[in-house]
Amino acid sequence: MSETAPQSSDCLVRFAGVRKTYDGETLIVKNLDLDIHRGEFLTLLGPSGSGKTTTLMMLAGFETPTEGEIFLDGKSIRAVPPHQRGIGMVFQNYALFPHMTIEENVAFPLMVRGISRSERSVRAREALAMVKLESLWRRRPAQLSGGQQQRVALARALVFQPQLVLMDEPLGALDKQLREHMQLEIKQIHKTLGVTVVYVTHDQTEALTMSDRIAVFNDGVIQQLDTPHGLYEQPNNRFVANFIGENNTLCGVVEEMLENGFCRVRLSDGHFATARAVRVEGVGAPTVLSMRPEKVHVEDYGPQHVNRLMGTVREVVYHGDHTRVRLAVAGNLEFTVKMRFRPNRPIPEPGEKIAVAFAAEDCFALDAPDEGTAAG
Amino acid sequence: MNSDTDPLKARLRRAERMRQVKAFGLIAPLLGFLLVTFVVPIASMMMRSVHDTELSAVWPQVSAAISTWHDRKALPDEATFAALAHDIKTSYKERTLSTAARRLNYDLRNGRSLVFSTARALPETADRWTDAVLTANPRWGDVETWGAVSRASGPFTGFFLLAALDRHRTAAGRIVPTPAEEAIFIDVLQRTFVISLAVTLLCLAMGYPVAYLLAALPPNRGNLLMILVLLPFWTSLLVRTAAWVVVLQENGIVNNTLIWLGIIEKPVRLIYNQIGVYVAMTHILLPFMILPLYSVMKAIPPSYVRAARSLGATPATAFLRVYVPQTLPGIGAGGILVFIMAIGYYITPALVGGAGDQMISYFIAYYTSSSVNWGLASALGAVLLSATLILYWLYNRLVGADAVKLG
Repeated sequence: MSETAPQSSDCLVRFAGVRKTYDGETLIVKNLDLDIHRGEFLTLLGPSGSGKTTTLMMLAGFETPTEGEIFLDGKSIRAVPPHQRGIGMVFQNYALFPHMTIEENVAFPLMVRGISRSERSVRAREALAMVKLESLWRRRPAQLSGGQQQRVALARALVFQPQLVLMDEPLGALDKQLREHMQLEIKQIHKTLGVTVVYVTHDQTEALTMSDRIAVFNDGVIQQLDTPHGLYEQPNNRFVANFIGENNTLCGVVEEMLENGFCRVRLSDGHFATARAVRVEGVGAPTVLSMRPEKVHVEDYGPQHVNRLMGTVREVVYHGDHTRVRLAVAGNLEFTVKMRFRPNRPIPEPGEKIAVAFAAEDCFALDAPDEGTAAG
Repeated sequence: MNSDTDPLKARLRRAERMRQVKAFGLIAPLLGFLLVTFVVPIASMMMRSVHDTELSAVWPQVSAAISTWHDRKALPDEATFAALAHDIKTSYKERTLSTAARRLNYDLRNGRSLVFSTARALPETADRWTDAVLTANPRWGDVETWGAVSRASGPFTGFFLLAALDRHRTAAGRIVPTPAEEAIFIDVLQRTFVISLAVTLLCLAMGYPVAYLLAALPPNRGNLLMILVLLPFWTSLLVRTAAWVVVLQENGIVNNTLIWLGIIEKPVRLIYNQIGVYVAMTHILLPFMILPLYSVMKAIPPSYVRAARSLGATPATAFLRVYVPQTLPGIGAGGILVFIMAIGYYITPALVGGAGDQMISYFIAYYTSSSVNWGLASALGAVLLSATLILYWLYNRLVGADAVKLG
């Protein structure tokens, strides 16, 4: 785990042993310890029901931890009501007040802080200029498009210069193109203002593009907290490997532990493969090998690609810049390889038997599913 | 291009027309029903408030002759007096004099005795009918007496509408207020509006928290509470009002409980006064406030208040600045519904109110069924209807138009 410290290393928010249950039976958040650094863009990523939104709501003050403490700037905020936390928040449905104009919406945080009307107006216009909507200040929210509404919500959350901004799936309701555009815009604003952002999403692409660090949630536990690069290149466990990016899995049993943190695994079809022993219990333990489709080579492999397996081509899908080949390899019928386009390179035909190769460094031996059944 | 689009337009129109005809066919029965049972009665009632032929039916000659009376400061001419004498004698014989006497009595104090005494005292023949009539009753020498005859001669009159507003017209045609000891309707109208407004505010004050709770509760428990709100709907209005008589009377539950608790020494009068009217009407009209409020509140997602709180608003500010403004359409709809229903209330104030707490509907009923002065009853109804329409128009301007924009 390569947890590189971002720009500034001092800690703005600390979750210490936080647990949350609604019904007294199941824990939505189990024993959460998390430090959020000043100025970083941290994403809480996970499927629905993984506890990421509950974590955000506890930080915002709309939920209280059942156990544990949350510290903001070193002080416990258990007894601090939401309006005194000074945290800006952006909601998925924008939550712009329909009875106010755009300017009144953005000026709302300033109004409740007792700032004079004239100054309110000036600062609200500035915030609107930041999201490039200064000309729409007289409109009402219903007259704006979804993307514009979300920008207004952003301006409103930033106008009172909070040190921390929370975003709860803010782009979830936008179409793909607008979402990608807004991702860049939010990232730009984050860079310019240096504000700390905690961002909740279930979209892994969004998390990878925007974040300094990502906390991957599942079952109320942080599975891995790392930079996007670290998460993608070195997943800690099977859940993270499957959740982030595309992934091929092969089931097997650890045959032998090697030096330098490698191990030798006997696959379900009897072949052997060498992999990084990321999360294996030892010799004889079941394991799942994980590798990215772009790290598996079909023809252009070299001596460093020590693992070589035979596969039968099942399907070939042309994608323009690359061709995607689905194979049956060692019991996995969905084994996918990305072949980059090269002139004069023959495209394999379905039914053909071909060799696939990958380096031991690009293959991770991870935890096997509890049932011991074949994964993928 | 043009030859192509025109048949298309024509076809579209034809298709649209077919749809409209079908739609009209579906609502035609209801439209007919409403026309017969609602529009026609209201129109004929409005008509009655200005259409007046009672006098001209029994005194045709004087009704025609009075139209030549132009100098309203002097008495009418001899021909008019002669017509009056002829009409009085004819109707006296035909026993229709009481109709004329009743109609003049609406406008003139002791108009009835004036008519009958004149009829009894008139001679069979006279040289000058002016002198004969004045001898029979000297009140015919007053221009205001003739003003009343002129106002009653029809066929159209503003007399009833003015009377409904405590106004009347002098013989010279000026509109003046009715003397204070005879004026009642402005007071009644004022009382009707004050009681209705107070009931509306009480309903709002009590209904708002209930609607809020209903909207905030999870559906299963919310439904249970909703049934409790709707329960009064399933009981007859008369039964509910009678129940309040039982509860609020001198030996009723409320008084007995208060005495038992030692809060009061002897029973307090809670019924047959305004307290009773307020309690019973508020109870009966409460659901009409809660339901529109509930439907509006149900549509407000909790994230608005959350957003306000996270942006620094105290719970009170978030509620007043963000939540309440969004419920304004509900407050407006509930308020106008309760208010309009309240100003027409009749049975409840009649049963639980005192003599001084009767609302305008009571007087409409009185003039319709007891005193059979349909002109005045219709005029009061017309005043009530116009007040309601003006209020509705105001509501639409203030709340309705805004509510549409909020969307």
